[in-house]
Amino acid sequence: MAFNYDEYLRLEKMPTLWCWGCGDGVILKAFIRAVDKLGWSKDDVCVVSGIGCSGRFSSYVDFNTVHTTHGRTVAFATGIKLANPDKHVICVAGDGDALAIGGNHTIHGCRRNIDITLIVIQNFIYGLTNSQTSPTTPRGFWTVSQKAGNIDPTFDGCELAIASGASFVARENVTAPKKLEKILKEAMEHKGFSYVEAMSNCHINLGRKNKMQSAMANLDWIDSITMPKKKYDQLSEEEKLNYLPTGILKQDTEAEEYCDMYKEIQKAHQGLRGPITPDDFKKKI
Amino acid sequence: MSATREIISSGNDLAAIAAVDAGCKFFGGYPITPSSEVMHTISDLLPKAGGVAIQMEDEIGGIAAAIGAGMSGVRTMTATSGPGVSLKAENLGLAQMAEVPLVLVNVMRGGPSTGLPTRVSQGDINQAKNPSHGDYKSITVCAGTLAECYTETVRAFNLADRFMQPVIVLLDETLGHMHGKAIIPTAEETQKGIVPRKKFEGDPKDYRPYDVPQDQPAVLNPMFQGYRYHFTGLHHDANGFPTEEIETCRKLIDRLFRKVEEHKDEIESNEEYMLDDAEILLIGYGSASLAIKEAVNVLRDQYGIKAGMFRPITIWPSPEKRMYELGQKFDKVLVVELNQGQYYEEVQRAMERHNIDKLTKTNGRPFSPADIIEKVKEL
Repeated sequence: MAFNYDEYLRLEKMPTLWCWGCGDGVILKAFIRAVDKLGWSKDDVCVVSGIGCSGRFSSYVDFNTVHTTHGRTVAFATGIKLANPDKHVICVAGDGDALAIGGNHTIHGCRRNIDITLIVIQNFIYGLTNSQTSPTTPRGFWTVSQKAGNIDPTFDGCELAIASGASFVARENVTAPKKLEKILKEAMEHKGFSYVEAMSNCHINLGRKNKMQSAMANLDWIDSITMPKKKYDQLSEEEKLNYLPTGILKQDTEAEEYCDMYKEIQKAHQGLRGPITPDDFKKKI
Repeated sequence: MSATREIISSGNDLAAIAAVDAGCKFFGGYPITPSSEVMHTISDLLPKAGGVAIQMEDEIGGIAAAIGAGMSGVRTMTATSGPGVSLKAENLGLAQMAEVPLVLVNVMRGGPSTGLPTRVSQGDINQAKNPSHGDYKSITVCAGTLAECYTETVRAFNLADRFMQPVIVLLDETLGHMHGKAIIPTAEETQKGIVPRKKFEGDPKDYRPYDVPQDQPAVLNPMFQGYRYHFTGLHHDANGFPTEEIETCRKLIDRLFRKVEEHKDEIESNEEYMLDDAEILLIGYGSASLAIKEAVNVLRDQYGIKAGMFRPITIWPSPEKRMYELGQKFDKVLVVELNQGQYYEEVQRAMERHNIDKLTKTNGRPFSPADIIEKVKEL
């Protein structure tokens, strides 16, 4: 039997404002299926989004939902999670939202390893505001703010998340919705900060001037620049410059989670334990 | 007679103690002089009381985390100084728009920009009125004594929950760093006075958080309790969802104004000192009022000049009606403030007259009573 999304969608908000053929709907559906598989009560889930096309994600799903200011999803989510550590908090942000204006919060959310899942809808462009360069726009691409071609080097959001201390980091394409669902489920199950880059198309605002006018052409391009991590790892360092790995890129189940650590702070101030010392941590420096 | 206690403390510490006594459960902050002690103290007190205090990666993160916690239903606070308020401004706007209660303590220092970090000013009066872009009605209280650093912070929490919006507590460097004796209510007494935010108790199907009378704030239930709705900084409908529908947009902003405007009497708070027989009216607030009071005493005792003081404790919305009455009664009016005359313009507006004097100071130093006495003698 086909999966019934109705229970999780705010049907009166349909259709979404996303363009025809946009991959964001694939991510929305994969996310809903993943939550359903986890068996979480809708009351126990909070979805926090920022500004951009991804910002509307939160308004379509029937959870506790928050549409915040540009780039601040992880910071808002940090407050929600710390005040309600037994609830599930998921952020949805775009590449501009999470890696440009909100880069600082992304870095420090990863660093704290707080139990939040950040889904970055990565479409290589500012879509909602019409084709400006994002931190992930490939060099040499046309953007409305760099019509002679983008010269800004690109961010690899997953590498950033790994370096910043996220304990679960993964990337998957909207062309593989089943895999995406599985990764989202594992990310949300993971205790600690999980960063998932969901590679999506924007044939309207990325593809239009970069020879990918149709959704299919844009999706084919995404497939052509990505490959499973196993295969990617076998490439030479020079070949790696042309590809992004997909699948789970990091999974550390031992790293201390922030809300758990904060409980130790509470205990210390309540006289239930001594002060926290370097011996309480695996990694000392 | 309410139960009180005597405490030796500083203004910043008293604001932190007040927050915890008022039931605050979350603090998000970032280090900034001269307000950091609020964070230092609350970082000890909150975890002890089962709450959370977190130092975030920047000022924006500090207020965002605090608002997030507030959205989930707990009493929440952030503290900063002028430059931090500038950074937090956009999210203050979100809290105004989405109607999320929050207490923001601003311990004022010299500005603009980095200004005079360790020195006093009252330069953020206009900023407190409209820190964020757009149309809304701020509520700002201004402590004038050590005891008020406590009582006004407590009042700010109750006002935030009553009106479902941020409330700014203005301290200044002098008051924040002043150590001394304060007589304040006991924690139990403060807890007795807590008025929590309204909650909808009916069937979740009938819950429309933003569908309220035009003079009332939204009724926002805590998250995770079966009432699933939406927060947004966009114009929104009865259930919080984005809309551009003309009448809904008009009504929303109209309501954000009227919920405060039509209940000013619940918010207004002033002190009047030696006004009954006074011939000269001095107006001031915050730590400047300490010097004004002393000046009034000396003017009366040593110079036979009958001066009196009017001190707004709620700065925004301003006590315009009372100021108008006083403007009719007194010929000589002097506004004394540690800026170039920010509230002076508000006093002119409220009194509907221009022939008012001002004594201002923006060199980072507090007023001495002598400054004021000298000026009054010239009037």
